[in-house]
Amino acid sequence: MSIAARSKPVEVPTAKKPLIVVKNLTKNYVMGDDLTVHALRGVSLTIDAGDFVAVMGPSGSGKSTFMHLVGCLDRPTVGEYHIDGIDVSSLDRDERAEIRNDKIGFVFQGFNLLSRTSALENVELPLAYAGLKAKDRRKRALDSLAAVGLADRAGHFPNQLSGGQQQRVAIARALVTGAPLLLADEPTGNLDSRTSDEVMGLLVKMNEDRGITIVLVTHEQDISEFARRVILFRDGVIADDRVNEHRRRPQEK
Amino acid sequence: MSIFGLLRIAIKAFSRHRLRALLTMLGIMIGVGAFITMVAIGRGASESVQQRIQAMGANVLIAYSGFSSMGGARGGMGSSGGLNDDDVAAVRRECDAVKYAAGTMDTSAQVVWAGANWATRVMGTTADYLNIRAWQLQRGAMFGQADIDGASKVCVLGQIVVDNLFGADDPVGQTIRVRTINCTVIGVLARRGQSGMGQDYDDTILMPLSTVRRKLSSSGANSSTRVDRIYMSAVSGNDTVRAQTQVLELLRQRKRTKEGDPDDPTVRDMSEYAEMAQETSRTMTLLLAGIAAVSLIVGGIGIMNIMLVSVTERTREIGIRMAVGAKGRFILIQFLLEAIVLTMLGGIIGMALGTGAAKLFAQQMGWPTALGMESYAIGFSFSTVIGIVFGFYPAWRASRLDPIDALRYE
Repeated sequence: MSIAARSKPVEVPTAKKPLIVVKNLTKNYVMGDDLTVHALRGVSLTIDAGDFVAVMGPSGSGKSTFMHLVGCLDRPTVGEYHIDGIDVSSLDRDERAEIRNDKIGFVFQGFNLLSRTSALENVELPLAYAGLKAKDRRKRALDSLAAVGLADRAGHFPNQLSGGQQQRVAIARALVTGAPLLLADEPTGNLDSRTSDEVMGLLVKMNEDRGITIVLVTHEQDISEFARRVILFRDGVIADDRVNEHRRRPQEK
Repeated sequence: MSIFGLLRIAIKAFSRHRLRALLTMLGIMIGVGAFITMVAIGRGASESVQQRIQAMGANVLIAYSGFSSMGGARGGMGSSGGLNDDDVAAVRRECDAVKYAAGTMDTSAQVVWAGANWATRVMGTTADYLNIRAWQLQRGAMFGQADIDGASKVCVLGQIVVDNLFGADDPVGQTIRVRTINCTVIGVLARRGQSGMGQDYDDTILMPLSTVRRKLSSSGANSSTRVDRIYMSAVSGNDTVRAQTQVLELLRQRKRTKEGDPDDPTVRDMSEYAEMAQETSRTMTLLLAGIAAVSLIVGGIGIMNIMLVSVTERTREIGIRMAVGAKGRFILIQFLLEAIVLTMLGGIIGMALGTGAAKLFAQQMGWPTALGMESYAIGFSFSTVIGIVFGFYPAWRASRLDPIDALRYE
């Protein structure tokens, strides 16, 4: 389904269906003649559509590599990866770019907004690469900014916005294509705790209201508590995978 | 993403670094500017040579014998015995592509008037000479057939001679001394300027052919009907070649030149001089354009350098664009467009500068310049091509960046 055809991204799944299916995912980095780093050693898991998953683990555990593979930024050495029913493990660069554009929204620790580019234009960016007309782009980007509560900041440049606001622009950008998956890589790493809670509240809201699947990479325990499911990586394998019994709720304002 | 979207990004990118963009464009600006100026000067020179040759008479033909015009060195070759009045009459009679024909004899003489004196070229000829050269009289009259029949002691002066002998006085009606004979000035030639070969047409005196022959010629009595050259004009510019062939054939017949022997006398037309001059100015233009091309290439290397810096600086931006779904070719086109727009802009500014410089040369130094549409077209497309060629490698590097590395880049 193309972005243009997807009129409203609201499609809360009725029955559980898998969005991400990973089988024996392996990634080796050849660093030199006789040094190969085994970043991921055969990971298999399934993430259902509409789930909220926190990925945790110490540095070097393979969680970042896992994140890059799930985000179609890289391709696995061995293994299979299906997103929304599409086998992406064998796609080339351009095909992966299309999948990223259509299926995945990214939120990074460092916000990664284009500098000296207005919030609106930042949010429009994925739509521009999807080939939407300027008028449609504008409308959808404004809608998306409104959804994160920044409709009145559309014309602001990133350096005129606070960290929390910048991260909300990034979330608006991730949501604007109506992608079913939002990948958040340490989204609160650069934010104070109050702003962190705000951003997490927004993610929870998008997950619940729009049924967007969220995969969140974090090393902070209290951030992972917002998730429904927590996966722990260690030495390139899944060390723990459990449902969060005491799920933290964002504070109502 | 549409090409216009990518173009907008490209323009926005370098409008942030105006000084850097300007410095980057400098090489292209100078290259294109130099190209426009140099081609304008080269073409101007070539056009002015053309004009002079036109002024000389594009349909003018000259017949001369190796014997008579080259003197002793080629004396042995002049078996024909040179040209004479009968040849002139024959050309007039038999060659229908020839409109006018006039025999001439050249000599030089000291001319004196009221204490002023001047050494100049004296040409003995007939009245048709002025028609052949399309030369006007400024005042007075040309000598006629009666003067030629009677070997009258009259003369028509060129402007340089007038300037040197008379200054501001009116020469018509005055008597000057030419070598040893006294001549009445009956007319003054209009100013003609330099010939394509650098000699000044105005530094001359015209006298009846017979007068020169009898009173001034060194060869004495045996030169009673001889002429040094025959000047002819074809009926039109298009008939020059036909006229040349006719005259050559006639003269070969008359001089009984053997089959296979070289033409003597020979007939040349002005287009040969024109071609020679054209060749020279073409070489000049090529040389100058070569210099411009070198500076364009140097400018292109400057573009490539800055584009590589720009790609490195914007690695993170490239990463972001890739993460949200930019395919390699979008990144490639974005950076390529940036280089092309830079060079095109440099080209346009260069064209303006080059035009200004050409005008300045024309105004301040009096050089003839000719600005041609095609040199603008060449300058513009050349600068665009430079943008494509030198912008491609940096753009390609940008498009091949790994999104993960690019996103991590600090």
